[in-house]
Amino acid sequence: MSLLDVRDLSVVFQRRGERPFTAVDKVSFTVEPGQTVGLVGESGCGKSVTSLAIMGLLPKRGNKVTGEVLFEGTDLLKLRPDDMRDRRGRDIGMIFQDPLSSLNPVIPIGVQVAEVLERHQGRERKQALREARELLDAVGIPDPDRRLKEYPHQISGGMRQRALIAIALACKPRLLIADEPTTALDVTIQAQILTLLKQLVDDTGTALIMITHDLGVVAGLCDTVNVLYGGKVVERARRHELFGQPRHPYTHGLLNSVPRLDSIRGERLHAIRGSVADNIPWTEGCAFAPRCDNVVDACLEGPPPLEPTATGGDLRCNNPVSEEVAVP
Amino acid sequence: MTERTGPLVELRDVKVHFPIKSGLLVDRTVGYVYAVDGVSLSINAGETYGLVGESGCGKSTLGRGLLRLVEPTDGEIVFDGTDVRALKGETMRRARRRMQMIFQDPLSSLDPRQSVESLLVEGLKAHGLAKDKAETNRRLRETLEAVGLPASALTKYPHEFSGGQRQRIGIARALVLNPDLIVADEPVSALDVSIQAQVLNLLKDLQTERGLTYLIIAHDLAVVRHISDTVGVMYLGGLVEEASSEDLYREPLHPYTRALMSAVPVPDPLVEDRRERILLAGDLPSPSNPPAGCRFHTRCPWAQPTRCGDERPALREVTAGHRVACHYAEDIEAGRIRPHEVEPELVRPVDGDLPGDPGELIPTP
Ligand SMILES: Nc1ncnc2c1ncn2[C@@H]1O[C@H](COP(=O)(O)OP(=O)(O)OP(=O)(O)O)[C@@H](O)[C@H]1O
Ligand SMILES: Nc1ncnc2c1ncn2[C@@H]1O[C@H](COP(=O)(O)OP(=O)(O)O)[C@@H](O)[C@H]1O
Ligand code: SF4
Ligand code: SF4
Ligand SMILES: [Mg+2]
Ligand SMILES: [Mg+2]
Repeated sequence: MSLLDVRDLSVVFQRRGERPFTAVDKVSFTVEPGQTVGLVGESGCGKSVTSLAIMGLLPKRGNKVTGEVLFEGTDLLKLRPDDMRDRRGRDIGMIFQDPLSSLNPVIPIGVQVAEVLERHQGRERKQALREARELLDAVGIPDPDRRLKEYPHQISGGMRQRALIAIALACKPRLLIADEPTTALDVTIQAQILTLLKQLVDDTGTALIMITHDLGVVAGLCDTVNVLYGGKVVERARRHELFGQPRHPYTHGLLNSVPRLDSIRGERLHAIRGSVADNIPWTEGCAFAPRCDNVVDACLEGPPPLEPTATGGDLRCNNPVSEEVAVP
Repeated sequence: MTERTGPLVELRDVKVHFPIKSGLLVDRTVGYVYAVDGVSLSINAGETYGLVGESGCGKSTLGRGLLRLVEPTDGEIVFDGTDVRALKGETMRRARRRMQMIFQDPLSSLDPRQSVESLLVEGLKAHGLAKDKAETNRRLRETLEAVGLPASALTKYPHEFSGGQRQRIGIARALVLNPDLIVADEPVSALDVSIQAQVLNLLKDLQTERGLTYLIIAHDLAVVRHISDTVGVMYLGGLVEEASSEDLYREPLHPYTRALMSAVPVPDPLVEDRRERILLAGDLPSPSNPPAGCRFHTRCPWAQPTRCGDERPALREVTAGHRVACHYAEDIEAGRIRPHEVEPELVRPVDGDLPGDPGELIPTP
């Protein structure tokens, strides 16, 4: 049994007087124990909504969530709010992009970590604070004894993200969901945090869902990568296959659009034309068709299905990039 | 056509210090943010100079100081042979037309109540260039075409466009004045990758067609390296290294550049799996209280007991066209000095750095 088995997860937002909007459209993927799985795509493709739906953190009103989110066989979507709250923090930890808004500004860092241990592990305050100190130390916060008593605004953005990781890890969750955890940080601080996450995953055996728009972050971290476009998974592959042999025209286009640090300078970038504003609804065909160089008639006749590939991945495309075309 | 005619812009020891005020009744200056603290560089006509560095290192302030959108505290700014800081009134206004700026966030830098036409005409009017109606119209259409927008865009408003299109409007607004220099502050960092590529290509094409000179400011080293002829790396208000884009990548000489370069993720697992990271310990020190000596010495894995802590290294030419501000650049390059562990120092966020209000609270789990 997979640790997490997301089946046909859909999220439809419905505001009064507006047409329903499908932000996540029958997304399915699995996470095995200890595995690191990437969700990548451009802004608005549904990455955050997917993670919020898994965690049961979407607003109570104005949206409809369907499908199944099986965590060790239990459908989280069917849990009572109390039970779900218990799962969060104990079984599943979460790290967000903006640590400041996820931390309580009026409670010292140490107490915030300790409270998690008290609530979910039944520790006494004293013992909890001792363990909190160890956790802060483990996530690389210098001088943890003093940091315990400090408030979020007294430490830097990078240190706040470390504190948030400490909170997420406090109960030794089996799954960690990180939504753009380094996007707001400088690149040298990002390197610190990614190294820390990788090391924690190795040491604790926690599975990790890494959500990011940065293909570089995924390349060094994830075992399997899901590429999202317009709320659907369009390609899924192990990272070496995905980057070495991208088959979906969107994935291929994305990899060709990024200037690489190690590429020859001055070469023109192969931009994908248009923008997501040009998408057609999936019900009418492939949402990417208006921007796609490989488009064929079938692409405008209905949604292409997600089908298994020879290399063990999945692909949603009528006319994939041929396997000979290498990424320059 | 790119003509290489020597420097269009020369900065000599430019400083921009912001006073830190305190006191409720009487404003008292209790210190300074040394946002830019002695930067000298020159930008050749028709070329792109890329300025890279982490948040708060003074990139934007330098760009704004160059255009005198913020008044430099000290130093010389020479534009096409004229000392810009000495210009006043009408002469400054004329110089301004030749130096335009593009901003990061296309939406917040455009007035939402102004149509594209009025946004573009505004600049022309300010410079007395909108006198002839037919000529103005021709100019607007030509500019829109140059940035890849249809003429129908003129009657629309910024919110009717996507992020990439809004950045094209931002570029059009600068371009319509037919400038010689464009300072672009993070022109693509708010855009999705696929749109970034479109805008970077557009900037390149416009430069080739019009012989524009660019100062491109960005935190993304891969973007900067891609688009620039020369790259300058900033750390805490100072330039620590400057080289041609190729040399900088092939042979980064400053320890900070090395760390920065090793930290940039590359979308290629084969590269990622075998690369060595130079992880810097701790955070960036505050620019209001920069370390003495070499400003990087609190985090430098190669720092030495002599000189690093008390003598600020000058930016000096180490090989032809490659300038570095490190006392030990040659020894490090030759492997005579080895990196060592650094104890992270704790850095307090300065009040000014606090990102607004704490936002909505998500209860701790
Ligand atoms: N008007 C101002 N008053 C006071 N301090 C300022 C002002 N403008 C900038 N600063 C400070 O000067 C320093 C340099 O700021 P600047 O905006 O130039 O950095 P930057 O390199 O562009 O950073 P980023 O990558 O975050 O845009 C920062 O510490 C900033 O807080
Ligand atoms: N609470 C909400 N109400 C309505 N629409 C929403 C809400 N949250 C997100 N969306 C929309 O759902 C889509 C996917 O959003 P999101 O998952 O946040 O994207 P990303 O992939 O950038 O994380 C976007 O079009 C977004 O505007
Ligand atoms: S299904 Fe058709 S339009 Fe969609 S990505 Fe594949 S080839 Fe392009
Ligand atoms: S001068 Fe010293 S501290 Fe500064 S970069 Fe060079 S070796 Fe490091
Ligand atoms: Mg998101
Ligand atoms: Mg800036």
